[in-house]
Amino acid sequence: MSGHTSSYEPTSRWGKWFDERLPIARLVHGSFVAFPTPRNLNYLWTFGGILMFCLVAQIITGIVLAMHYQPSDTAAFNSIEHIRRDVNYGWMIRNMHAVGASMFFIAVYIHIFRGLYYGSYKAPREVLWILGVIILLVMMATAFLGYTLPWGQMSFWGVTVITNLFSALDTIYQGLGTGIVEWLWGGYSVSGVTLNRFFSLHYLLPFVLTGIVILHVWALHVVGQNNPTGLELKEPSEAVPMHPYATSKDIVGLFAFLLLFAWFVFFMPDYLGHADNYNEANPLVTPPHIVPEWYFLPFYAILRAFTGSFLGIPLGSYAKLLGVIAMFAAIAILAFAPWLDTSRVRSAKYRPLFKWAFWAFAFTCVALGYLGAKPAEGVYVLWAQIFTVLYFAYFLVAMPVLGLIETPKKLPRSINEAVLGPDAAAAAAKH
Amino acid sequence: MTSMTRRLVSSFAAAASAVLIVSPVLAAEGDGPEIVRQQWAFSGFRGQFDQAQLQRGFQVYKEVCAACHGLNRVNFRNLVQPGGPGFPEEAVKALAAEWPNQITDGPNDEGKMFERPARLSDPIRGPYRNEKEARAAQNGAYPPDLSLIAKARGVARNPSWWTHPFLMLGDIVKSYQEGGSDYLFALLTGYTDPPADVKVGDGMYYNKAFPGHQLAMPTPLQPDQVAYSDGTKPTVENYAKDVAAFLAWSADPTHDQRKRIGWQVMLYLLVTTALLYLGKKRIWADVKH
Ligand code: HEC
Ligand code: HEM
Repeated sequence: MSGHTSSYEPTSRWGKWFDERLPIARLVHGSFVAFPTPRNLNYLWTFGGILMFCLVAQIITGIVLAMHYQPSDTAAFNSIEHIRRDVNYGWMIRNMHAVGASMFFIAVYIHIFRGLYYGSYKAPREVLWILGVIILLVMMATAFLGYTLPWGQMSFWGVTVITNLFSALDTIYQGLGTGIVEWLWGGYSVSGVTLNRFFSLHYLLPFVLTGIVILHVWALHVVGQNNPTGLELKEPSEAVPMHPYATSKDIVGLFAFLLLFAWFVFFMPDYLGHADNYNEANPLVTPPHIVPEWYFLPFYAILRAFTGSFLGIPLGSYAKLLGVIAMFAAIAILAFAPWLDTSRVRSAKYRPLFKWAFWAFAFTCVALGYLGAKPAEGVYVLWAQIFTVLYFAYFLVAMPVLGLIETPKKLPRSINEAVLGPDAAAAAAKH
Repeated sequence: MTSMTRRLVSSFAAAASAVLIVSPVLAAEGDGPEIVRQQWAFSGFRGQFDQAQLQRGFQVYKEVCAACHGLNRVNFRNLVQPGGPGFPEEAVKALAAEWPNQITDGPNDEGKMFERPARLSDPIRGPYRNEKEARAAQNGAYPPDLSLIAKARGVARNPSWWTHPFLMLGDIVKSYQEGGSDYLFALLTGYTDPPADVKVGDGMYYNKAFPGHQLAMPTPLQPDQVAYSDGTKPTVENYAKDVAAFLAWSADPTHDQRKRIGWQVMLYLLVTTALLYLGKKRIWADVKH
């Protein structure tokens, strides 16, 4: 899995025998023990490991939940209550899975913003980055499907609203959208049939995700990790072996993250959810506010920014379709970042203007998240439209233009110089 | 790196204390029906249920609310378990046997369904078999099952955009999860005369905490309605508080255990994080980074 020669030496006879037949220990040693990591990584680089932990934790808690869960419209809600009340430590498993989904997204968003700040998406890491965007999409699909399973009011109405988005395709070809929606639902409305198939897919996707994560790590180990300077590794002395250096740091990051995780699991398990989801799904009662989970809010705000008109431009019957397109484009556009960014310098640390654009973009995402939780009316719509424009401007204006007009700060000549200063770096290079 | 870590820790601590200081001031904003946060025995990360309060709360449920509302997700045996009201088993067995809303069981050897008294393993049934029967008896209104009501309701707040993040952080630091009970207390004590310009519908009652302010439940609690045996004053406030606490338990019967284990987990994680951090420092001691 890695682009460097292996230093693995089996110590036992059996180890040698096995290594000649299936060098899996060699693969692990090369990828996770001897793998060279830049010496100057900060704690933002621990989130990859944290994400691996999240994925495994979701799969394990999910499999245990699935042993007690019943995917039918009459039994689903009751089976969750059965898990919370009667299954031994069921409350804990359930909280870990529900809170775990949110923690997974906190970690992935930090991981993505890390990449945006330090320019990790740029050559030669484009494929690595695009695999990441696909992971984000599959994660979102998994979480969306999972949120239907408790079959509460918000589950039911959330699915109804989001699946209904596809009906916007009717504006292109009459019946196309409605056809897709009915196909997804398995009927003329969201029902137990829908729940059943969503459960099946919710069980499947995490394993698809695992496969893509393996590709992601493979791609990482071919091109190597970026680092806060954005410079490539030039000297062996600029790297340290992954174990024990990076691993000892990763585990500190992971445990600090677990403190936050445990805080929510044990002390406020319902804070990240909606009270209305403790009411069983009822097709006859529409909740006053239908709000998706927090991690979808920025995209939901973009979707709803397209009302009858957008910043004064009338949209007519295309409003809904454009909203749907903008929402998906907001994620898809990430995949184009490697080519939209024209700067030769990777790290925002050395890009005085781009740094501002980055923080403005981070603020934009939080603002959109705030607006996504508000009703789509009055001044909220206007702000959502403004921030939608800013969101896309980051990719379509800031990335291409700043790279051309900005004068970057003076770059250190190497990672060693950045860490040790020029003289010591020259000395280190001699060894 | 270590100085950055130290800076991070101290700025986090500063932010957290700032949030704790300003959030009560900010919390006064908002335009929805005003729901005042109560002090509960089970509030916050150290809170545990007060057993005597849960017992009184069950008494209020049994003598007042049970006339219209069921508690179907709670079984009689739960009333015996630790972390709940913790009544003696014999007393609960007798209670179950006398519970007016019996259990439909069967079919028996003749193939017929029959009614029998409840046992410890049976749910606490309300007076109505189903929603239709409830609506028929209640002028078209439906008294919901109360087992999960404390989790199914919350307090809507509408802070201004710039106070919002501080309030959120404040709630997280204090681990505020008692919105449901705060709402129940406000609802049960919220019956007042309607303002002059409001016309209350037929069979409806005015309540300042209920969203929309009109609901079909008549004022359920009156002073001196339930005779407490432990000296607690028989006021509407006390009844409301006790029954809201009891309903918080019935929505979350593993609450006490959860927070107790939570402390052990947090302690373990804190110590381990510190040790791992020291180990990491040793390992990196000879590498400038
Ligand atoms: C006389 C019958 C009756 C009694 C006694 C009664 N309720 Fe109700 N309750 C109702 C009805 C009817 C509704 C439905 C109101 C509506 O939907 O407008 C209701 C609704 C409620 C709600 C839901 C409010 C909401 O936010 O939707 C709660 C909570 C509640 N009752 C609690 C209690 C408690 C606690 C008691 C005991 C102290 C109690 N009730 C006693 C009839 C009753
Ligand atoms: C990528 C990993 C996963 C994510 C992001 C995820 C996300 C979610 C979410 C958001 C919920 C709703 C939680 C709630 O509000 O109750 C949920 C529920 C559920 N998930 Fe997952 N999940 C993942 C993996 C799995 C796996 C691998 C399984 C099973 C093998 C599984 C089984 C379940 C079950 C049975 C429920 C319903 C129980 C419940 O709602 O608590 N999940 N999931």
